[in-house]
Amino acid sequence: MSSLSVNHLLGIKYITKADIELILDTAKNFKEVINRPIKKVPSLRDLTVANLFFENSTRTKLSFELAQKRLSADVVNFAASSSSVKKGETLVDTVNNILAMKVDMVVMRHASPGAAVFLSKKVNAKIINAGDGAHEHPTQALLDAFSIQDKLGSIKGKKVVIVGDILHSRVALSNIFCLQKLGAEVMVCGPQTLMPKYIESLGVKVELNLKKALEWCDVANMLRIQLERQDIKFFPSLREYTMLYGLDMEMLNSLSKKILIMHPGPINRGIEITSEVADSDQSIILEQVENGVAVRMAVMFLLAGRMN
Amino acid sequence: MKPRVILEGEQLEVTITRLCHQLIEVHDNFQNSVIIGLQPRGIYLAKRIHAKLSSILKNKNIQLGELDTTFFRDDFRRKELIPNKTNIDFIIEEKNVVLIDDVLFTGRTIRAGLDAMLAFGRPKDVELLVLIDRRFSRHLPIQAKYIGKTIDSIESQKVRVDWEETEGKDRVTLLTDKD
Repeated sequence: MSSLSVNHLLGIKYITKADIELILDTAKNFKEVINRPIKKVPSLRDLTVANLFFENSTRTKLSFELAQKRLSADVVNFAASSSSVKKGETLVDTVNNILAMKVDMVVMRHASPGAAVFLSKKVNAKIINAGDGAHEHPTQALLDAFSIQDKLGSIKGKKVVIVGDILHSRVALSNIFCLQKLGAEVMVCGPQTLMPKYIESLGVKVELNLKKALEWCDVANMLRIQLERQDIKFFPSLREYTMLYGLDMEMLNSLSKKILIMHPGPINRGIEITSEVADSDQSIILEQVENGVAVRMAVMFLLAGRMN
Repeated sequence: MKPRVILEGEQLEVTITRLCHQLIEVHDNFQNSVIIGLQPRGIYLAKRIHAKLSSILKNKNIQLGELDTTFFRDDFRRKELIPNKTNIDFIIEEKNVVLIDDVLFTGRTIRAGLDAMLAFGRPKDVELLVLIDRRFSRHLPIQAKYIGKTIDSIESQKVRVDWEETEGKDRVTLLTDKD
């Protein structure tokens, strides 16, 4: 197996275990490249990539842009807040106009679930989903898997708990698909109100008690409470959430083994995890960011390989 | 037709020893020289040369690196490419580099290798060593300085280099389409 089975990266749901392994293997090579004195390779020098961000982002956008530049692609950036979307242009029109300027690949983040799948059916370019509503965020899941593999050697048989706002999280869904395909056991943990109905049907364990969940796992992925997506109150107060689901040093030290702490960012320090935990030696949050560039280079390199 | 054996066993050993002595003539004790093998197949020859040189010169400190050219190739998207590991833990700035590959054919891999190498500094000079030089069908003005054996072959033929480490036997064969 040496090429992807898909033409777009729309979600982890749509790719195979072999695809994931190919991406992670290729990312290892790119991680070596970005740690060289000269971090750039010419692989995508003849391609133009558009980054369309209809929703705010710091890490993902920067990470994609760096990945593109290190592959020598030409990059155009687009942010919805400063564009004609405000004047009423539709998604397909916006994208087709950008493609008319001869763009080969589109990286898109959008607030609507399914936006990337929709776009892949309408336009003639490679599409990479950089987050569509509460649906999927495939590159985040891939970089999380890469980071776990990097630290623990393999993913198969490992126990990973995802803690927090599962209901509004695209990171949770993509992570569940990705980790399960690679043979890990996945548990979700959070208040009942933030648990999607039927989440058990994905084959994950559900645990409402944080301490029990942490005792079970090898890796804890702490999610942010997405207040911007919560149109109603899901819990009485942030303070109460922190008391029940916030991770502090006391809790971490009380566990019977050392676990890895991950966070997709942005961190709300003092809410889902305290500063001490985020900066502790068990946290691999900044490694995740570094790995993100390598994984995104791998994804774009492999997708470009399918362009003839 | 049976595949034609070009080099084998002791013959191959003699050739490698000769290449090493040629290298020593130019590079003396390898104080300021490094060896870089090209992935995926050049690294085995590079390791052999390195081991032989180390034993002849009784110098355990000759630097050896492995370089992958995948991201620098010009046929990306024309054929499937699988990246390999680059493993160079030294800087080649102002060094004499001996670039090693098993077979020189079109010259495109070497071209990519020359580009890929630049990420590790500006070498003083670069020389090319190959086990087999396929004389015809060069696409670029690239020639090797040290050559194990030169052969004449047509484009549809293939040169296959087997190593004891990977295939169980040291052997170079020329394959034609029907083999």
